[in-house]
Amino acid sequence: MQALRFLTAGSVDDGKSTLIGRLLFDSQAILADQLDVLERRAAGKPVDLSLLTDGLEAEREQGITIDVAYRYFATKTRKFIIADAPGHEQYTRNMVTAAAGSDAAVVLVDITKLDLSQTSVGLLPQTRRHSLLAQLLRVPSLVFAINKIDALERPGEGFAKVKAALESFAQAAGLEVAAIVPVSALRGDNVTQPLDAPWWQGPSLLQVLEGLPCVQERSDAPLSLPIQYVQKDAFQSEGAGFQPRVLWGRIAHGAVQVGDEIEVLPSRQKAVVAGLRRAAEDVQRGQAGESVGVILDRQLDVSRGDWLAHPGKAVLQNRFPATLAWLDTEPAKPGRKYWVRHGNRWVQARIAAIDSVLDIHSLQPQAALELQVNTIGRVQMEVQHELPVEPFEFNRVGGALIVVDPASHRTSGALLVDLPPAPPAEEDW
Amino acid sequence: MNAAVKPEHLIHPVDNAHLDALEEEAIFILREVAASFERPALLFSGGKDSCVVLRLAEKAFKLKDKAHPSGFKGSLPFPLVHIDTGHNFPEVIEFRDRRVAEMGERLVVGHLEDSIAKGTIRLAHPLESRNGHQTVTLLETIEEYRFDALIGGARRDEEKARAKERIFSHRDSFGQWQPKEQRPELWQLYNTRLRPGEHFRCFPISNWTELDVWLYIARENIPLPGMYYAHERQVMRRKGLLVPLTEVTPPEAGETVETVQVRFRTVGDMTCTCPVESPAANAAEVVNETLTVTVSERGATRMDDRTSEASMEKRKKEGYF
Repeated sequence: MQALRFLTAGSVDDGKSTLIGRLLFDSQAILADQLDVLERRAAGKPVDLSLLTDGLEAEREQGITIDVAYRYFATKTRKFIIADAPGHEQYTRNMVTAAAGSDAAVVLVDITKLDLSQTSVGLLPQTRRHSLLAQLLRVPSLVFAINKIDALERPGEGFAKVKAALESFAQAAGLEVAAIVPVSALRGDNVTQPLDAPWWQGPSLLQVLEGLPCVQERSDAPLSLPIQYVQKDAFQSEGAGFQPRVLWGRIAHGAVQVGDEIEVLPSRQKAVVAGLRRAAEDVQRGQAGESVGVILDRQLDVSRGDWLAHPGKAVLQNRFPATLAWLDTEPAKPGRKYWVRHGNRWVQARIAAIDSVLDIHSLQPQAALELQVNTIGRVQMEVQHELPVEPFEFNRVGGALIVVDPASHRTSGALLVDLPPAPPAEEDW
Repeated sequence: MNAAVKPEHLIHPVDNAHLDALEEEAIFILREVAASFERPALLFSGGKDSCVVLRLAEKAFKLKDKAHPSGFKGSLPFPLVHIDTGHNFPEVIEFRDRRVAEMGERLVVGHLEDSIAKGTIRLAHPLESRNGHQTVTLLETIEEYRFDALIGGARRDEEKARAKERIFSHRDSFGQWQPKEQRPELWQLYNTRLRPGEHFRCFPISNWTELDVWLYIARENIPLPGMYYAHERQVMRRKGLLVPLTEVTPPEAGETVETVQVRFRTVGDMTCTCPVESPAANAAEVVNETLTVTVSERGATRMDDRTSEASMEKRKKEGYF
């Protein structure tokens, strides 16, 4: 089974680092010498598992997490990669980075911060924000982990109330929720070991994670193959009449076989697949997710950045609507030229118009003249050359672009092509 | 709280699908380096991680050929680079040269001795660990050959600072890593734009663990220096480590030299690399041992990482691999 890549979201004191520390510790991913360092720092007090994840000196000094880190652990049935994104003010930027390529998001809810005396429990703004961001960034599975249940006198009752609140929020916002589970990261309850309580018969957080699907590229869709690297073929026998080239690329979706007619985008030149390679071997077929080397039956002008597709399937566009998550302290300005990368092609681009910006607190769309750092907007993008862009939700390769500032070379923005509008807002935010 | 031996129910079974996915990702990254940069190079020390990266490069750019001594025909689109501290284990250097010759690849060696002769490295004393100093020679070699990307076998599971590093890690014109200035890495759309004098460090096996590396070595039959497997060696017991007896690591006062059956989990400078006691004589046996190990790779084997929690981060900021 493929490794599950998931990100964790939650605010600073919700226990996110402790939860990750707990997952690593209970799954034996922490080794004796690493624990030894923590024990020495604890100097007799209980070991603080959250310290396992703060890898940088500045983070330990300030007691905060600055950047996304990647952690690894495994159980008998599955391997996991955690994208550990800090929950600080810069949550959007970090969540975008962690969400890109994640199969699931675990949103932590600190139950001690909620007023459980109400019949209908009100959720904290960051719970709504983080889950809606996960939805906006198209993270396929969403899991709520209700933390610190050990702090409640009647945990079963409290959990049921918060679960009901999350469910009604999810329904109103159109979120699909994979699971809602109670945990105590501090004590380790229901993280890797099932909770021993009369009010909970459900799975542990780890059992939920073990069952979640990975993002699968679709092999039954039309071929979409961005060319990554062109190599002279030194092994093709003589007699072709031209110097064959191997067009290497990772298939975004669809499949390709020897004998298929294909076309090169954007030039629309056509040829037949004369040979296929994969990882140092000749093969007959390649499918989504695999990198293949395509050898054509004739000499065409093809280079890195072009795409291969089955003839007549692809649409080329030089203007398209997109969701733009802005990550740079230098605001995004319409009219300014940027570099964007789509597949393996770099082209110049500009934001033709900002349709709206999502107010990160109210999550209402608002008018704006520019995009500030850590905001998400709906924009119209204009690119220098026509590109075979596709909606991100159908093609995670053909629908994703990065925006790079030509002056600083910073990766300033993440573009998701043609996403539906932001989820509906609720009155009481 | 003590880390117990890994319980059997938590051990992940050998899983080819998982290794295939890691291989796919690594090959993609290697081709990305070859396509994005003008003068890339692959760091090859003869250590297990770089042997794995080398095999992945063969799979990315060559074609299988049983008749060829290396099993692959064709050539890599970049040279191999080794920074020789002068304190390398002789058997590793011998292995390195044999493999390079077998594959017919080009090897560039940067010698720490040259930096010492030039005066860019000053040793405090002759037997000082040269591990930290190799950064100077590495940066000099990068400058001399104008490399704009260096592929390395670093893994995020090795160390906490490594866990934070990007797969395409930007280095400024001083070769330095700026942890707070890292470019977000979104999907597989790597931002490889650079200015003259800057370069990238690229890590195709970032997402691999020590266990994955050994599973892959076993599956692919990747040749390694013999010291990775059980052998008899003269060692001294020092601060919980087995210090190998070499010309640069003599016994300290009061220490006795004993012969122990050991293997190396990592191979670096002789002055700071220690073996562990082990009967594991082949890759499959090392896999089994790795499944039940309770001390991290660096904790068990490196003298230089113990000085401070931030020692790796500090060295990386200075340009260390």
